[in-house]
Amino acid sequence: MKKWTNKLTGGIMVGTTALSVVIIIAIIVVMFVVIIIGGKEQISWKFLTSFPEDGMTKGGIFPAIFGTALMVLLMSVAAVPFGTITAIYLTEYAHENSFLSKCIRFAVKTLAMVPSIIFGLFGLGFFIKFVGDGMDHAFLGGHLKWGQPNILWASLTMALLTLPVVIVSVEEAIHTVPGSLREASLALGATKWQTIRKVVLPGARSGILTGTILAVSRGAGEVAPILFTGAAYYLATLPHSVSDQFMSLGYHIYIMSTQSTNVDQTLPIQFATTLVLLMLTFILNFTAVIIRARLRRTPK
Amino acid sequence: MKEAKIKIRNVSFYYGTKLALNTVSLDIYANQVTAFIGPSGCGKSTFLRTLNRMNDLIPNVKITGEIIIDDVNIYDRQIDVVNLRKKIGMVFQKSNPFAKSIYENVAYGPKINGIHNKKVLEEIVETSLKRAAIWDEVKDRLHDSALGLSGGQQQRLCIARTLAVNPEIILMDEPASALDPISTSKIEELIFQLKELYTIIIVTHNMQQAARVSEMTAFFYIGELIEYGKTKKIFTNPEKKQTEDYITGRFG
Repeated sequence: MKKWTNKLTGGIMVGTTALSVVIIIAIIVVMFVVIIIGGKEQISWKFLTSFPEDGMTKGGIFPAIFGTALMVLLMSVAAVPFGTITAIYLTEYAHENSFLSKCIRFAVKTLAMVPSIIFGLFGLGFFIKFVGDGMDHAFLGGHLKWGQPNILWASLTMALLTLPVVIVSVEEAIHTVPGSLREASLALGATKWQTIRKVVLPGARSGILTGTILAVSRGAGEVAPILFTGAAYYLATLPHSVSDQFMSLGYHIYIMSTQSTNVDQTLPIQFATTLVLLMLTFILNFTAVIIRARLRRTPK
Repeated sequence: MKEAKIKIRNVSFYYGTKLALNTVSLDIYANQVTAFIGPSGCGKSTFLRTLNRMNDLIPNVKITGEIIIDDVNIYDRQIDVVNLRKKIGMVFQKSNPFAKSIYENVAYGPKINGIHNKKVLEEIVETSLKRAAIWDEVKDRLHDSALGLSGGQQQRLCIARTLAVNPEIILMDEPASALDPISTSKIEELIFQLKELYTIIIVTHNMQQAARVSEMTAFFYIGELIEYGKTKKIFTNPEKKQTEDYITGRFG
């Protein structure tokens, strides 16, 4: 009797887990198929390299691609060195259980959990209203230049959002550098900093790269942090300096599906833009996965 | 007998509250090989690591007593640990070359000491590799990765890397324990040659190895130095029963 119920429970469990797997895969497949079918007609070299036309109902998305690329570049320049330095401090200098290192770890975890719109509001309040306005008053006699949304503030806001990703990846990579190599370096009379610079960081290179890629792929898709801090509805020209606004892929999708003059007419463009963004993040994530797998394979 | 190079006086060592070495005192002489033997966990590796202050890297350790090298207490406050480690090289149990080329591995030490002249570096690399008896095997592939070498070659490369810093004392922590018999005999031969120029202290599990390469032997047991003396005497006519039991293989 017991055997029979055991078998039944087992069967139900296997069925449920299998069903969950199927549902998850189905969602991804359906999403991809719908987006590819909807966007494939629109995707062309011209679409990728030209400006929007006719109130964004025609033309391409080049400024959005350019803006996204420039934004993630500026973001990486800010987030990667800062995140790497933090990771070095946490792994090499701070004592595992010291109050300060616990505080930093808690802060990093919290930062990773904060909803992205909060980062947007913070960017608006801190970078634009506080830093930007302050700079205008201090250097430009109140002339409005930095106290408004631009690509610099947007990138810095995004850097805050992606900082935890960088810190965690670099920390993980530094942990894979064997302690025996640190010992070898120190035993040769190297200082701690020489050891970090010449042995630990080169060993963690691929981890730093992985962190950068993950941060870029996260930053490329986020809209909320740049909503108030620099993304523009439409611009006739590309940004000329970091104090200009910019167009971005994610924001472009959002405005075309909610703010467009003719939502139905822009539908193919929406699909195509989504496809571009999806492929971009997919490729970036895939690259990160490959690098990470190779990193794990290197013998300790 | 000549003046001791290293004088160890009443050294005790604690991991947290656990006593790992109990008031050890001994003298180590220059241009000789001194072997530390004893069963696993007897404190011989811990003791070796106190000599170049490698144990400083472990949190919650405490050391008492004095270690005097060339009339200087290395645990003195004013001692610069970085300079100390330049004077006292170390070869580890598991070969640990950097993921760099053979050349870069050997040049690492001189470079961090500020030597950047290419000719000087090349000379140091060649001399060090020759002294470590590996030059002939690697001279045609100096710029290949060190990780492509065999285990025995890697260990000799690590010895060359240590020699490149021009130390006076070389600490070896079971340098041949992970190697095959042929590589082991090469390392032993090398140790024999190197003692002309350096003071060598070697920790080993292998009794025959201690007997073959060393002039002096110290036997440790559970954190205590049981017996220390000429290797010949320790192995043929030990004073303490524990030493005799260990070297005749009755335990350990």
